Amino acid sequence: MDSLIEPIRRPRALDVSGLPSVAFGHRNTTWLANVFYMAIEGMMFALMFATYFYLRTRSTNWPPGHLPPAFTYGAVNAAIFVLSIAPAWWIRKSAPEGDRRAVRNGLLVLSVFALAATALRVFEFTALNCRWTDDAYSSTVWVLIGMHSGHLATELIETLVLLAISFTRKMEGTRLADAAINSDYWYFVVVTGLIVDLLIYGTTRFL
Amino acid sequence: MAVAEPIVANDQDAGQSGLARRLAHTWRQPKGFLGWFCNTHHTDIGIRFMVTAFIFLLLGGVLAAMIRLQLIRPENSLMGPDLYNQVFTMHGSTMIFLFAVPMMFQGFGVYIVPLMCGARNIAFPRLNAFSYYLYVGGALVLWGGFLTNTGPDVGWFAYVPLSGPAYSPGHRADIWSQMITFTEVSALGVAICIATTILRHRAPGMTLNRMPILLWEKLVISIAVIFAMPAVMIASGLLLLDRLVGTHFFNPAEGGDVLLYQHLFWFFGHPEVYIIFLPGAAIISTLVECFSRRRIFGYTPIVVSVVATGFIGFSVWVHHMFATGLPQLSESFFTAASLMIVIPTGTQFFCWVATIWYGRLQLRLPMLWCFGFFFVFLIGGLSGVMLASVPVDLQVHDTYFVVAHFHYVLIGGALFPMFAGIYFWFPKMTGRMASAKLGAWHFWLFFFGFNITFFTLHFLGLRGMPRRIYTYGPDMHWQGLNILASTGVIFMTAGLLVFLANVYRSMHTGEIAGNNPWEDAGLEWSVSSPPPPYNFLHVPTVSGRDPLWEDPPDQPVVVGLRDDIRETLVTHSLDADPQHKDEDPGPSIWPFLAAVTVSAAFVGSIFTAWAIPIGAPPVIATLIGWLWPRGQSPTPLPNEVPWIH
Amino acid sequence: MNREFVFVPARFSAQAMPLNPGHHSVLHPAASQAGNIEWLYWVIFWILFAVFVLMVAAFARAGAKSRVLDDAPLPIIEDDDGDRRAGWAVGSALAITVITLFVVLVLSVITGKRVEGLTSKNPITIQITGHQWWWEISYPNSQADQTVTTANEIHVPVGTPVVVLTNSADVIHSFWAPSITGKRDLLPGYSSAFSFQVDREGTYRGQCAEFCGLQHAHMGFSIIAEPVDKFQSWRQQQLKPAIEPAASESSRGREVFLTHACVMCHTIRGTDAGSRVGPDLTHIASRNMIAAETLPNTAGALAGWVVDPQRIKPGTQMSPNPLAPDELQALVVYLQSLQ
Repeated sequence: MDSLIEPIRRPRALDVSGLPSVAFGHRNTTWLANVFYMAIEGMMFALMFATYFYLRTRSTNWPPGHLPPAFTYGAVNAAIFVLSIAPAWWIRKSAPEGDRRAVRNGLLVLSVFALAATALRVFEFTALNCRWTDDAYSSTVWVLIGMHSGHLATELIETLVLLAISFTRKMEGTRLADAAINSDYWYFVVVTGLIVDLLIYGTTRFL
Repeated sequence: MAVAEPIVANDQDAGQSGLARRLAHTWRQPKGFLGWFCNTHHTDIGIRFMVTAFIFLLLGGVLAAMIRLQLIRPENSLMGPDLYNQVFTMHGSTMIFLFAVPMMFQGFGVYIVPLMCGARNIAFPRLNAFSYYLYVGGALVLWGGFLTNTGPDVGWFAYVPLSGPAYSPGHRADIWSQMITFTEVSALGVAICIATTILRHRAPGMTLNRMPILLWEKLVISIAVIFAMPAVMIASGLLLLDRLVGTHFFNPAEGGDVLLYQHLFWFFGHPEVYIIFLPGAAIISTLVECFSRRRIFGYTPIVVSVVATGFIGFSVWVHHMFATGLPQLSESFFTAASLMIVIPTGTQFFCWVATIWYGRLQLRLPMLWCFGFFFVFLIGGLSGVMLASVPVDLQVHDTYFVVAHFHYVLIGGALFPMFAGIYFWFPKMTGRMASAKLGAWHFWLFFFGFNITFFTLHFLGLRGMPRRIYTYGPDMHWQGLNILASTGVIFMTAGLLVFLANVYRSMHTGEIAGNNPWEDAGLEWSVSSPPPPYNFLHVPTVSGRDPLWEDPPDQPVVVGLRDDIRETLVTHSLDADPQHKDEDPGPSIWPFLAAVTVSAAFVGSIFTAWAIPIGAPPVIATLIGWLWPRGQSPTPLPNEVPWIH
Repeated sequence: MNREFVFVPARFSAQAMPLNPGHHSVLHPAASQAGNIEWLYWVIFWILFAVFVLMVAAFARAGAKSRVLDDAPLPIIEDDDGDRRAGWAVGSALAITVITLFVVLVLSVITGKRVEGLTSKNPITIQITGHQWWWEISYPNSQADQTVTTANEIHVPVGTPVVVLTNSADVIHSFWAPSITGKRDLLPGYSSAFSFQVDREGTYRGQCAEFCGLQHAHMGFSIIAEPVDKFQSWRQQQLKPAIEPAASESSRGREVFLTHACVMCHTIRGTDAGSRVGPDLTHIASRNMIAAETLPNTAGALAGWVVDPQRIKPGTQMSPNPLAPDELQALVVYLQSLQ
């Protein structure tokens, strides 16, 4: 073999010029980044859920000296979350087909749902029947719903920004892929929201 | 993908070819003062991480010297308890959060991983740059606090209730908590970049089975970061809430729990030390192979061990809490898990010995540091076995014995490999060789001083000296050993000064290094030293684990990527088959601006909750600016070009 | 007559109780618990020492074959023979490692059980509550007037099992007497129990082992193991209320105590002073050291401490008490009478 320091090479060619410059679904690298992000935030939620149950074991009554959070706003919001899966799914289906108009309409509907959920969330905060400074239980309930609200707000802004972009000429292939990934994140928001609802509206009543 | 006929001649001609000129132009990074803040190339950002982290190593070392000076005699008055408590807290926090992770994982990872993968740049280069600026922001917050007498003084892990609102009034502990937020977000950002690079930007032909061990380790570490950092973010976040807005997570009087903090913290804290150690092990595996002049023995066992260490590392955290009075059954479980983790680490050690034994060892400077690692980390690991045993731990926990243990594993497992790696990749980064003679002086001075200081501490712990005491009585019979321990500092300092002199001199007058001065096997050694801004003239392909050693002379290179835009190749996670093409976003000021707005919001929130609503709009604005498409080279719609599901 | 007091400027006077290194050391056990742990420590140590020697020998042998050549040798890619032999070596080393770790695990669990397994029908029960920066010691009894309350100095009868209940009034502390047994954290909101039995007479020192703030370094305690009858007489003495002052100076000292800030924090049973914020001083003169094993219990040290505790333990909870010299002298005489 020739010296390793200055090798003489006559390489052959691997021609990739025919490859597409956009990818959808799990092949997209931004999709992977989103998965990692959901893993990080999912871990944060998992730890907060564990904290909630841990603190439950340190208390005799649950909730300790409070009424459980009021049900109504939460129930309506949960329904909104479940229904919002439809426009998210629609975006995810239309994006790989290149249907810009369908994606734009889907983003519009999803934005409406996200706005509604955010508005209802504000009301949910007023109906928790406790204040975060009361005790550890109240602190946990507020942080659970607060953390999720952070995600809801982020997702609302992201959806609105994508909606704005969808009205411009910049709605190219990669932006369609981004819109589909946004739906994935929306699913994450829905699932974590439903679990938070289960904890603060459900387990406070039967644990 | 059909492989066509030979196309280009020797890489030696690359410098003159038009392709090189065009690529250099396309991939250029802006110059000048403002340009520095727009840079998104991984080699530049990687060096920034390493240089900045090294500065904090030196600052942390100064704090350590102050501690050793204070403890040199009983009832010393060099520092009172308030300053001492700040100094040891700053020492630990600086070393762990501002040096160890930024250097070992972020610095080395960001620099080497894309080169070793055969990629032109790291994935998500702007996120990478943002992570650097955020790290600097956190460092400035912590040290700004210290220099204005608001430095944290509750220990680097800040147990509640001491760090809570009742017993630590003022903003000292808040500064600690927010520094955690900065540095952990930074580490998470880099973890996403590195994991994506390793999974999606490997050179075609680099199947998982052919991935260098260093890339396996970085992948495992990135995943560990992703699952561990959230725990410390929750711990420090809940602490901040208790302190600033009156929650009661850790207040036993209102249903809170003090052990909750410890569980959350150590669930992060133990994986953290593997996040610090595994990059060191990665460097050792790389260097052992190169300087034994043979492919590493036990590739598969080592890879399995690295993955196992990552997993088991998450199941041992309670061994930091043996003294809290937990049920004996659970303590036995965590003893078993803590002992079990010796097995994968031992496997790596045995494979390294075997590689050297059956190879043709060239004891060059980087390898000398590897031997230092073997000695020092071995002792640290063995004292760790002692600590895994609950009865022994109950005696030596929170004493200088455990201080000795973790300095042996951290300095052995991170610092020695760090110097090995710096001397090894120095020619690649700077284009010149470091002086082997000065490097040897550096090694022996540091090795000697380190053992003098830290071996002595084992005995102090056995003699009953607890941690974190600013002084002790003359009748404790601790003075002699403390004097001995403090003298080692002189030699370690001398060693570090020799290192700095070596770096300075070698960068100016060191021997010019070619592409591959060590004749190593990795892809990073196929490019010039330092690498051009586009890394590889042609994205390479590989057909073996040690490309430069075993690939045939006609190993194909990738053609068909555009050289007028920053086009990169995305490959399959498992078999690195080319999948599609992507566009690197290029230099941008937005990561810096976003880091500024995020930092302002984080820092402001220490002082008032209004910082969140006031700070959020600028953050949102900079993030939108960052993510707003620029339509440089519009990607076609999926129905215009064939695409892959 | 005004007597000049010699204030002791140094924190430790020549009259400090000399500490035998054997009374504060993991490797000098005086109780069966620490003894069992010391045994385990040495067993594990020698096993691991053997491992260390073998590994260092292996690396040295491997490293001894090195030569630095001008041109690096061409790398070995295929080495089936070497790989096979290396495989056997690594496999054997791993097997030995697993066995060694298992042995360590079994020995640890056995020793743990031995250390915890102190059973007794009539243990002495002690409640220890950690404070910043002193130890509240009480010997609880179902009858309140049979409960001993003291601070920083624990008396136990030799050869009798002692059960300790833990608590903390503020932050996390850790109770650790290395010659007696392993440490136990004192956690607010938790009460855990551990036990020990001292086998040899003597005074054994301990120190807080969990960082607890400014004066963590000066939070010591002592365990005095004495014959059963001596222990009982100590206990009886501790149960009595404070001695009535005999001399007029002593009486004046009590006046000073009751009319100054002292009563805000300290109890002297038999007087109106009943605050539980600071240590109980009813029998302060019976203790060897003051300020949590920081100063000897002498007139000079006591005076210095009362007047300016911040100079000796900066950050401590006790504020300075600028007393006139004659008041101070009377106070010290009174306190020194509280056997």
